[in-house]
Amino acid sequence: MTENVTKKFLYVNRKAPYGTIYALESLEVVLIGAAFEQDVSMAFIDDGVYQLKKDQSTDGIGMKNFSPTYNALGDYDVHKIYVDKESLDERGLTADDLMNLVYEDEDDDYAEKSSISIVTREELAQLMEQQDVVLSF
Amino acid sequence: MTLHTVNKSPFDRNSLESCLRFARQGHSVLLFEDGVYAAVKGTRFEGLVTEALKNNKIYVLLPDLEARGMRSDNIIDGLKTVDYAGFVDLAAESDRVQAWL
Amino acid sequence: MPSIEVNGKTIETDEEGYLVNLNDWVEEAAQVLAAQDGLELTENHWEVIRFLREYYDEYQIAPAVRVLTKAIGKKLGKEKGNSKYLYELFPYGPAKQACRFAGLPKPTGCV
Repeated sequence: MTENVTKKFLYVNRKAPYGTIYALESLEVVLIGAAFEQDVSMAFIDDGVYQLKKDQSTDGIGMKNFSPTYNALGDYDVHKIYVDKESLDERGLTADDLMNLVYEDEDDDYAEKSSISIVTREELAQLMEQQDVVLSF
Repeated sequence: MTLHTVNKSPFDRNSLESCLRFARQGHSVLLFEDGVYAAVKGTRFEGLVTEALKNNKIYVLLPDLEARGMRSDNIIDGLKTVDYAGFVDLAAESDRVQAWL
Repeated sequence: MPSIEVNGKTIETDEEGYLVNLNDWVEEAAQVLAAQDGLELTENHWEVIRFLREYYDEYQIAPAVRVLTKAIGKKLGKEKGNSKYLYELFPYGPAKQACRFAGLPKPTGCV
């Protein structure tokens, strides 16, 4: 890159974890991309909301449980995480079923704040429209 | 007796709906991998699963349920959990295994 | 497959010297790997190595160098939370080299 331009990146996650590789791939791309210090947001819609389900335990299926890694997103300055309310509703899930993802707000004396916002379809559509780059998983 | 297996999320594919459309009375259905999401109470598919339970036994693979953060005490009444050995027993007891991908 | 000898036991590594199995790690493995790089581990090295193992335990990833630097500063003090200090300890790169000594995979995002 020749100049230091911050762009708005949105990662859209629509797949459940474990059944396909999309969720893990997305998470890795987000973590790698975080090194470039862009303005990153993540959206979880459709089966993507299952990625954030708490209490995942993969001992019985012999796969790595990568859900703890979402807790590291705050360290990587990724703290704008939007979850589609309709997708939660039709799955019988509420905010309480999700992991408690937090970050420390440097502009507010490192106060710990929630990274997750539950949003409507309209809010998500607006958010998508504001992006420079939308990456789909 | 046929054992039908469904390994896709009902929200992502219509595998479960197709399976239940063709499964005959007395057949069994096993939900595994992302198919286990259909076993959870309170989803849009609860009615479909409850209706199917009138004609079919429905099983859910517990390790896949737990991997996804779902608890066996939050699955639809009438569903049974099985482990891998139970899955094998079901397959062995059946005349055929039909996979709905 | 390349390997290292630790306490008379053979531990598998990949081509770049990272342990193949996380669970093979023992403290002596770190010493053997450091000696290969011509380093002798001091308490200053160990606190970074221990930090990395704890971080991996909690988050299932090895942190990127920027994240490591910030977190070390918070945990061990500002004078240690900078790349100069960490590069002096681990000249081949604090994330890459220290993760290798700690028995972790290469940090996500390092090539």
